[in-house]
Amino acid sequence: MKKKRRAEDTKNSEQASGPQRRIVKTRDFKPIDVGLLTVTVVAAYSIVWIVFNQLTLLSGEPGLVICTVGVFLALYWFVNLQIYGRHMAVDRLLGGLVTLGALCMMLPLVLLVYYVFAKGLPLLSLNRFTETQAGVGPLSPISKGGFLHAIVGTLEQVALAAVMGIPIAILTAVFLNEIGGRIASSVRTVVTAMSGTPAILAGVFIYSIWVLTVHDYSGFAASLALAILLLPTVTRGTEEVLRIVHNDLREASMALGAPDWRTVWSVVLPTARSGLVTSILLGIAVSIGETAPLIMTVFGAQVMNANPFKNPQAALPLVVFQQIKLPSQSAVALGFTCSLVLFIIVFTLFVLARVLGSNWLQKAFRGRTKGPGESSNEAIVEDLMAVALAPAMSMGLPSDYEKPRDEYDPDEDTRT
Amino acid sequence: MTSIDSTQEPRLVASSAKVQSNAVSLGVEAGELVAKGVCAWFSGRLVLADVDLEMERKKVTALIGPSGCGKSTFLRILNRMHETINGAELAGSVELNGEDIYSPQQRATTVRRHIGMVFQRPNPFPAMTIEQNVLSGIRFNRIKTASKDDLMEECLSKAGLWTEVKDRLSNLGGALSGGQQQRLCIARALAVRPSVLLMDEPCSALDPASTLRIEQTISEISEEVTVVIVTHNMQQANRVSHSCAFFLSENGQPGHIVEVGKTEKMFSNPEDPRTLDYVNGRFG
Repeated sequence: MKKKRRAEDTKNSEQASGPQRRIVKTRDFKPIDVGLLTVTVVAAYSIVWIVFNQLTLLSGEPGLVICTVGVFLALYWFVNLQIYGRHMAVDRLLGGLVTLGALCMMLPLVLLVYYVFAKGLPLLSLNRFTETQAGVGPLSPISKGGFLHAIVGTLEQVALAAVMGIPIAILTAVFLNEIGGRIASSVRTVVTAMSGTPAILAGVFIYSIWVLTVHDYSGFAASLALAILLLPTVTRGTEEVLRIVHNDLREASMALGAPDWRTVWSVVLPTARSGLVTSILLGIAVSIGETAPLIMTVFGAQVMNANPFKNPQAALPLVVFQQIKLPSQSAVALGFTCSLVLFIIVFTLFVLARVLGSNWLQKAFRGRTKGPGESSNEAIVEDLMAVALAPAMSMGLPSDYEKPRDEYDPDEDTRT
Repeated sequence: MTSIDSTQEPRLVASSAKVQSNAVSLGVEAGELVAKGVCAWFSGRLVLADVDLEMERKKVTALIGPSGCGKSTFLRILNRMHETINGAELAGSVELNGEDIYSPQQRATTVRRHIGMVFQRPNPFPAMTIEQNVLSGIRFNRIKTASKDDLMEECLSKAGLWTEVKDRLSNLGGALSGGQQQRLCIARALAVRPSVLLMDEPCSALDPASTLRIEQTISEISEEVTVVIVTHNMQQANRVSHSCAFFLSENGQPGHIVEVGKTEKMFSNPEDPRTLDYVNGRFG
């Protein structure tokens, strides 16, 4: 973006002042290159189609796609070699490979979002956010009833889980990264093992120590289970961003006579602030979409129960799960609408968190501009990924999304 | 190989009342720093052996010598930053105004407040504004000041940065140029009113103009605080320092001091031929 703007500025001044200056563009993707790309894709597909369907009578979509990609890369390299020479050809080939990788990553995400919207949108209406399922039976019209009770339940459960889990997670990460010592490595192992714990185990655990004892089903029981699940995610994410904080800053703080807790509180955490917010949001995203532990802890409800400490509550992922199990098609469709509601709620929440967070910080730091290495676009992409996690979790899809590590530079790390 | 040399023990057991009173008087004004028999180890390897050095009050002492001779390690021992590294050990004693900074009664944080440090790479706190950077030491140590604005102006002026930044104090410290960032770090170190300021190659990451500006700053602040500076730049050592200590580590031997003396003498006619070779750029 910036580069383009600068180029335009130069162009404008060039028109004003007169002398002809040709701007050298080393990595320009000209319209002809777009044409080239398109033609190559079509050619690759045509070749593979002929070979597959006409000559050899092979069949199968996956084979077709993989072969097309392979032939495309070879063709693309060859064409560029003919036109631009070896350097550019290799450059374009590797660029193509990397872009393909990115597309492979984006594809499931896009499909997932599309699927949820396509299936859920037809039955989405305002009353889904304002009504509960109270008095809605199998014979009621499909437009009747909403998920307000589940929205309230989910928000309460996740908020409680966050309040309990996040401070512990951040303290653990601070311990692992700032204090360390002999216990740290075993703690880290435990945290890693915890992040691999099946979610249902957390549910069974809380069921046996909390629900089965005197307490019975409640939203709070669910938030206990969710807190267990968000703990490792937030701990690992936070540890990762704390590691990025340059050791020079810790030394600077120590050299001013600051005690260790001061260094962590006033220097390390504020410096890692942006990444900290991301890992917290990621933890919330993971816990907001969990279904398995809810089955054994909140039980589910058709009516509003705003008290998370007593009696069964509803939760959005649980409603999705229960609806999709029902035999009638309209119930399944309603389940998709419910996932869409979950999606919307999570996205709204995250955008609010980002906007309010940055506004508040802007005030706190008196008119500060954007910090180094911090871009709002990146943050929104991260959020989108995290948001997509929520419905993915509730539909039982695996999700291994972790915070990108590109900010961490091992050469910069001078700690011994 | 204990953290504190056991032979020093009798002297360390001072009456607590005396220590208390001295601890209070520590760092009210420019301090005199005396290192006695300082040795340092990294993971059991001796890197610095038996260094004795007196750093006079309100004077600039330069530590010179080739890379890897233990200058920076010695500097970090002077304000107890050495012990923050894993596997680092030391022996000997360092006295600030006659008080051992490694005595059990001294807290490392107090020592570091009185003996400030400026690092090789400029390291302003990126999440803080210029103003917050300067006042961070005050905040971290909960030091009460009559007027923070006055203190800030004073420190930034001493560091030679006030005129350049006075209109944008609420900008982030990281937005300044490298030389300005380093002067900001000097201002930050001065704000807690240290009695000694240690500088670890403060100009090695900077351009000549910024270097010159910081050298001016050093000679100005040396009227109020004792300065110890590590430098690889002979001209710089010659320009800014009153006395010099030449460190050397030969043939895998641990680093040690070859010669100490007034800067003019060290650069014109030193006693040791190796010093002459080094200051004339014949090795190292």
